[in-house]
Amino acid sequence: MASRESALPVQTIAMSDENIFSQRFEIRGGDFSNAGKTSTSIKDILQEIGIDPSIIIRASIASYEAEMNVVMYAQRGSLTLSVTPEKLHLRLEDDGPGIENIELAMKEGFSTATEKMREMGFGAGMGLPNIKRNADKFEIFSERGKGTSLDVTIFLDKTG
Amino acid sequence: MISGDPKMTLKEIQELLQAEVIIGHDRLGEEITSAGASDLMSDVLAFGKPGILLLTGLSNSQSVRTANIIDAKAIIYVRGKKPDQEGIELAKGRNIPLLTTQFMMYTACGLLFTHGLKGIGAPRANHSHE
Repeated sequence: MASRESALPVQTIAMSDENIFSQRFEIRGGDFSNAGKTSTSIKDILQEIGIDPSIIIRASIASYEAEMNVVMYAQRGSLTLSVTPEKLHLRLEDDGPGIENIELAMKEGFSTATEKMREMGFGAGMGLPNIKRNADKFEIFSERGKGTSLDVTIFLDKTG
Repeated sequence: MISGDPKMTLKEIQELLQAEVIIGHDRLGEEITSAGASDLMSDVLAFGKPGILLLTGLSNSQSVRTANIIDAKAIIYVRGKKPDQEGIELAKGRNIPLLTTQFMMYTACGLLFTHGLKGIGAPRANHSHE
């Protein structure tokens, strides 16, 4: 059985007839020792809800890469998981420096990572492409000096 | 081990790579059918498939987190590396066996491949814009 780690501050933000589940996770920038905990929690939640394993792995990968981006580049951010009967949605918002050239950032291998980030096994310019690869719908919005937001949608009726 | 046999147990892999079991002695009977190797966790997230054996030289806890995310069956650390305590604790909680071999990455992979353990196939399909 999988054990639960002490979770980061978690705030449930919505419960309605339409949303069967919604939870918001705070992510601290630069906190490499906790990096990945949110995504591990998200994976646990999706398993508890009973989501198809092939969907869980896609959502977990997208979440993990997005979480690492916040840890690596921002002071703080949040990741909100929403699950409806039809789809799973991840919304990431951070207060990082923003992405100067999104088109370039979407190219595999393009990276602005530091040595510290690479020591963690990340920062190889694969993050955003990995997120997009696992999404059915992917939207990114970034403003220099303000931050970045990502919207990842995975439809539950497709098992990939 | 019969050449061409697509399966190896973790025990057979441990013996072949003269590996030390860090945790997971009780799971050495697990059967492995494919493996992947990288020090880049983003690469592992891109190519990883459930049930693979992950070979890596990355010894911090992100290696275990990545293995957990992709449902890897076990991790072999190469070049005698060992995960940090946080990684070990996480692997215990997630039931992921951790082994370490003195062989370098190329040799460890070569030994496994020549004993019949296949690599993973093509990367997962791109799900966007479908």
